[in-house]
Amino acid sequence: MAKVTMAQALNTALRDALGEDERVLVFGEDVGPLGGVFRITDGLTRDFGEQRCFDTPLAEAGIVGLAVGMAMGGFRPVVEMQFDAFAYPAFEQIASHVAKLRNRTRGRIGLPMVIRIPYAGGIGGVEHHCDSSEAYYAHTPGLKVVTPATAEDAYWLLRDAVADPDPVVFLEPKKLYWSREDTDLETRGALPFGRAAIRRAGRDATIVAYGPSVPVAMAAAEAAAEDGIELEVVDLRTLVPFDDETVTESVRRTGRCVVVQEAQGFAGVGAEIAARVQERCFHSLAAPVLRVAGFDIPYPPPKLEHAHLPGVDRILDAVDRLQFSDEPDTRHLLKGAVT
Amino acid sequence: MSVKSLRQTVQGLLPSLSPVRFVAEDGTPVAKQPTDYTEPEVEALLEAWRRMVLGRRFDTQATALTKQGRLAVYPSSRGQEACQIGAVLALRPDDWLFPTYRDSVALVTRGIDPVEVLTLLRGDWHCGYDPAATRVAPQCTPLATQVLHAVGMAESMRRKGEDGVAMALVGDGATSEGDFHEALNFAAVFRAPVVFFVQNNKYAISVPLARQTAAPALAYKGIGYGVRAEQVDGNDLLAVLAVLTAAVEHARAGNGPVLVEAHTYRMDAHTNADDATRYRENDEVDQWRAADPVDRLETCLRSRGALTDEDVAALREEAEELAARVRAGMNADSVLDPLELFDHVYADLTPQLREQRAQLAAELAESAQAQED
Repeated sequence: MAKVTMAQALNTALRDALGEDERVLVFGEDVGPLGGVFRITDGLTRDFGEQRCFDTPLAEAGIVGLAVGMAMGGFRPVVEMQFDAFAYPAFEQIASHVAKLRNRTRGRIGLPMVIRIPYAGGIGGVEHHCDSSEAYYAHTPGLKVVTPATAEDAYWLLRDAVADPDPVVFLEPKKLYWSREDTDLETRGALPFGRAAIRRAGRDATIVAYGPSVPVAMAAAEAAAEDGIELEVVDLRTLVPFDDETVTESVRRTGRCVVVQEAQGFAGVGAEIAARVQERCFHSLAAPVLRVAGFDIPYPPPKLEHAHLPGVDRILDAVDRLQFSDEPDTRHLLKGAVT
Repeated sequence: MSVKSLRQTVQGLLPSLSPVRFVAEDGTPVAKQPTDYTEPEVEALLEAWRRMVLGRRFDTQATALTKQGRLAVYPSSRGQEACQIGAVLALRPDDWLFPTYRDSVALVTRGIDPVEVLTLLRGDWHCGYDPAATRVAPQCTPLATQVLHAVGMAESMRRKGEDGVAMALVGDGATSEGDFHEALNFAAVFRAPVVFFVQNNKYAISVPLARQTAAPALAYKGIGYGVRAEQVDGNDLLAVLAVLTAAVEHARAGNGPVLVEAHTYRMDAHTNADDATRYRENDEVDQWRAADPVDRLETCLRSRGALTDEDVAALREEAEELAARVRAGMNADSVLDPLELFDHVYADLTPQLREQRAQLAAELAESAQAQED
């Protein structure tokens, strides 16, 4: 086993996809000779040629619109949006065409394409470089939405995304690009696309997390274990399709659930998960399903992002409020009374 | 680049100073015939005339169907037949067309079943024909967004070594959209075999051209991207067909994209739901009526002895048969299965969609049962 970063895993996935299927094309801004600003496409133009991995003019709607036409024409485009917030000019193409062409044509034209987007914060990025934009995509029927938390998942989920008959928005947690893990990337894990992973088994409460929040949830579970509380950590891997089964099974077993996301909480993916959990697990729940999220504010400047991002302490505070004693938690009511 | 070669490059990209035109409004040849374009053969003109007459009958029939509630809405292209038919006749069957909602007549001309064309506007589904089989993309509603798809399709044909061309249809309003400009730029950079055909019908719903652009003509939007451009009298079928045929061949030969602007006029309101008297004068409409593209071509062909009263009468009969077929097709109640709503969201149903599909199936069964009881 070698130490592999998520960035290397993604690069290897693109490399293997280009090598195995000549319909696969990689394009976007600076993805050619430079290898992308995060070097995810490093060496691909050199090794596969300008025909397979190439730079485009700087226009995101253009990149995605071009990819739609090329997917209609039989290619399998994998495009890169340079940063989360730079993908917004492409949103009309994504919401109105990428997501809908199969349905519009009654299944006659599918769009096998991947839109890779480095997303979320935690790297000290200035404004427009740290948005957690997953809810926009997850809310749009017709898209699959993926976000890996490990290098191994980054490789296999990207391979699956490229092979998928439907368009996939592939959200890469940029703060995890350089995290290393022991993996050979050669043996596929047991979990298929669309299934969540139980990263840590535990009996006391379920922490549901995805992408950049998974390592934070794992750290919180480590800390809780020192206090004798065993947290189960579920890594969703794919937001769409959503794995109700794994989440539901876990929460029914633990009876408690905290959903963690970096994104601002209001109308976010975590809200959807909390709703689904209480709809399916109500009679197993010993406490309300809690959300730990970013605040409902525009993403902060780099020096203040630590105050915004959900950390271990915020997760542990939520775990504390899961009514392990029989006393209902009334702190939020008291706070309301003071203000 | 020397000043001389730069000047040549620029001149090669710029459109003619005035729109290319073979035939004047009264159907007689203009004094100064275009020298850069070949006038189409009489056989091609007769075929175009046939298609224009049929196309107009289809268009007026579709408008009539809105009044009977058989179509939810219809955006007419009456007055733009030279553009609608010229565009399609300039293409080969293996070329691709990327139309808008106003281009139904072009689709009928392309040979798509009229009922399938009207599926969108009837409200049965968002696209009624098979885009892969017909090489016609779904009629696009969000303005100019499909122009990028045309560039992508053109680029994919080029990369596969096919000599197909993609043609994108847009109106004057769409040239203000960002996607239009990104498409021109991408196409030029990749030298994609694509033709951008702007039907400048003078109105974007109610907003007149003067509020849309300060450019001398929309065709001048090509030069900034290095896209060769031309402008043409959009009500002169001879000119439209000649210019578009040349543009398609230019793209097919690997010489890069071409932008063609046709000056035409939308005779009807934006759709049947619109009231054009709120934003334009009847005098203006009357002036354009005198420039009618169908009459103009008919006069031209008659003056050349290529058309007789019998021909005209026979075609009129054929047009009535077409209209009757459209009426019959649209009067037949369509059979729709609400459960199909789930079937094409993804290649396979997600677990959630499977649940929701089952839920709707149960609701439908319940209401069917209630109706029986």
